[in-house]
Amino acid sequence: MADEAKFAGVGKVGAQFTNRNTPKLDELESGPWPSFVTGLKRLRDSKDKPYAEYMNDLLGQLEHSYTERLGFWKGGTVSVFGYGGGIIPRFSEVGSKFPASKEFHTLRVMPPAGYHYTTDILRKMCDIWERNGSGLIAFHGQSGDIMFQGTTTEGCQAAFDELNELGFDLGGAGPALRTSMSCVGHARCEMSMYDEPRAHREILNENVSEIHRPALPYKFKFKFSGCANDCVNAIHRADFAVIGTWRDDIKIDQDEVKAYVEKQGRKYTIDHVVAMCPTRAVSLNDDNTLEIDNKSCVRCMHCINVMHKALAPGDDRGISILIGGKRALKIGDLMGTMVIPFMKLDTDEDFDKLREFAASMIEFFAENALEHERVGETIDRIGLPAFLSAMGIEPDPNMVKHPRTSCYVRTDDFTEEAEKYFARKGLNKDGSARDAAE
Amino acid sequence: MSQGAVAAPPKKRTPIESGVPDPKQFMHPVMVKNYGQWAYHERPRPGVLRHVAKSGDEIYTVRAGTQRQMDVYTIRTLCDIADTHGDGHVRFTTRSNIEFLTSSFEKVPALIKALNEKGFPVGGTGNSISMISHTQGWLHCDIPGTDASGVVKSLMDILHKEFVTEDMPNRVRITTSCCQINCGGQGDIAINVQYTKPPKINHDIVANVCERPAVVARCPVAAIRPAMVNGKPSLEVDEKKCVCCGACYPPCPPMQINGADSTKIAIWVGGKHSNARSRPTFHKLAVANLPNNPPRWPEVEDVVRKILSAYKAGAKDWERLGEWIERIGWPRFFEETGLAFTKHHLDTWTGARHTMNMSAHVRF
Repeated sequence: MADEAKFAGVGKVGAQFTNRNTPKLDELESGPWPSFVTGLKRLRDSKDKPYAEYMNDLLGQLEHSYTERLGFWKGGTVSVFGYGGGIIPRFSEVGSKFPASKEFHTLRVMPPAGYHYTTDILRKMCDIWERNGSGLIAFHGQSGDIMFQGTTTEGCQAAFDELNELGFDLGGAGPALRTSMSCVGHARCEMSMYDEPRAHREILNENVSEIHRPALPYKFKFKFSGCANDCVNAIHRADFAVIGTWRDDIKIDQDEVKAYVEKQGRKYTIDHVVAMCPTRAVSLNDDNTLEIDNKSCVRCMHCINVMHKALAPGDDRGISILIGGKRALKIGDLMGTMVIPFMKLDTDEDFDKLREFAASMIEFFAENALEHERVGETIDRIGLPAFLSAMGIEPDPNMVKHPRTSCYVRTDDFTEEAEKYFARKGLNKDGSARDAAE
Repeated sequence: MSQGAVAAPPKKRTPIESGVPDPKQFMHPVMVKNYGQWAYHERPRPGVLRHVAKSGDEIYTVRAGTQRQMDVYTIRTLCDIADTHGDGHVRFTTRSNIEFLTSSFEKVPALIKALNEKGFPVGGTGNSISMISHTQGWLHCDIPGTDASGVVKSLMDILHKEFVTEDMPNRVRITTSCCQINCGGQGDIAINVQYTKPPKINHDIVANVCERPAVVARCPVAAIRPAMVNGKPSLEVDEKKCVCCGACYPPCPPMQINGADSTKIAIWVGGKHSNARSRPTFHKLAVANLPNNPPRWPEVEDVVRKILSAYKAGAKDWERLGEWIERIGWPRFFEETGLAFTKHHLDTWTGARHTMNMSAHVRF
């Protein structure tokens, strides 16, 4: 049978072994939260499956780590035919003590955007992983991937072949475009300001070769959140964060406002909605209706989150793009910073524009970043003006908390720059309004 | 050997570069039908969401906690529950909770019952403490200082009640990370490995294993330089400069940063992803040097409990942990939690001056 031929289990069915002692891990089986240790033992106890002995030794090595308080895996080079990345190779440093699990590689597999599954597809994944791996799967890793954890070098290829035929593809690892995440968004959320899965899939799938063949200076991550609540943590964690926003006024259902105030009281509403507005843009009227100064609103989402039946984002929706988020290594934590304050994302042309911008961003990174430098660090090194000029983006006051405070800058072309700014705003050179007759 | 004995190499399968799968093929049909057309949502009880579309259609979500690293039996149990009591469609949240989707409110009680019977807590919605997002640890990582899965299991056992209720001032997002790379990310509370000693170098193998200039370049404080040690090319670390960050360890495993006694745990507070009210923030150091004490990490549990009970008692509704501290001030945070404020809380990195109090604002 074709399936039999593909079989690349991590051991033999019916292998004889003695259970490893795991006194420390055993302590993680009690308590109300589901226990991963109980799960590992269930796999060990599946004597009719090829991975039983493999998981016995894996439990042995993990117990060894709990005793020694050290990790015992080292990396290496394992990939599948045609790709250079997507597998996380792990070889045991204590393989002589725990020989069955001496190779424990992980496949990073890209999930459907928004993490939707049918039970049917999950069961198929389980079957594939029982044939070709350990039976242990993480939904999901911090990278955003489904992590098929634990198999041999041959198992990687066999599992990938089957998962690939099922419609799934490997994610990123190493200096490459990485697997992305998008929030539930359009599928189920009224705060969703754009079609997140579409943006996610169009950008990633257009650049899929950069995922599979690591050739960038370092990792590059896109993340997509439908609103400023940023449920996928894009601003902190992505080199390229796409956040939904809107330009027109917050929509107010004054009857629902009154119902809210009626239920919660004026004091509660003032303390928890009005007073918590970061720009003092919200005011409660004497008749229990709400007034919003939309010009001052920063689209932070707080009042909409709290009074979500009474308030809703406006209709003129789109995205903001922030660039350069990352954690400590090497120059310290960087938050993504605002680079595109607003862009429409409704029509095919809008999506084309976003894809073009994403592609030019990857190109800029590939050409300008130093080895092992994230794009936020590149920007830090060369300065935001040089970055904007390379990307063909004009400066905008939404890009800063406040203008520079340092006087160390050469400003002899300030007047020309000011004229360009006024021209972009459709004003005369001196900033005065153009005469309608002109 | 005759030429005929050489077997042709097996034909290798060319991958289908399909990329990110289309979620609509797996999505609940009510979600497909009302895609981008949702009106509002409610939370009928902790762990349950009711979303109403502009069309009037409804979808119910029952959210449950998982152990994230799941054996196939656990996954099939969850599938059985979804098939028997739900509509056969599920999704996962960014914090590894599983969500069961159903268009029928009548199915919700049986779903909850079945999940609880199989040991899956239903909750994680609204102002609860959701599942801790975490990293791989000793189970799989090549550079781990601890086992995040074990820390998380220990903590979620004591935070179970706060997962299944919505009694916190605002949502609480906890993360754990097994090294200072911090793959777990920012959190209201972040439980992260903090190394306390410079790397111990195995000079015999550095030259063979490590690309030395690349390792030198990785160091954020320029503390590493090439050196000949015992007649072999190797690397040496200026231990006065070294900040024990571990950045040299991944590219050069002979520079072992972990030690059974020197790998410690630090707890950080006040990280926030959301833009609601205040801008997103990074977490700040609360306490360091807690022992890395498997299998239950009781010292970590103790500090997390203290911070959470002070926050729960003191914060106003909708204040995230960092916003609560912002209001009451750091002096009171250290008082309320009983933690010490030390010279190590004073930042020394680039931009440190911006973290200082550049004003006459003082709290007593």
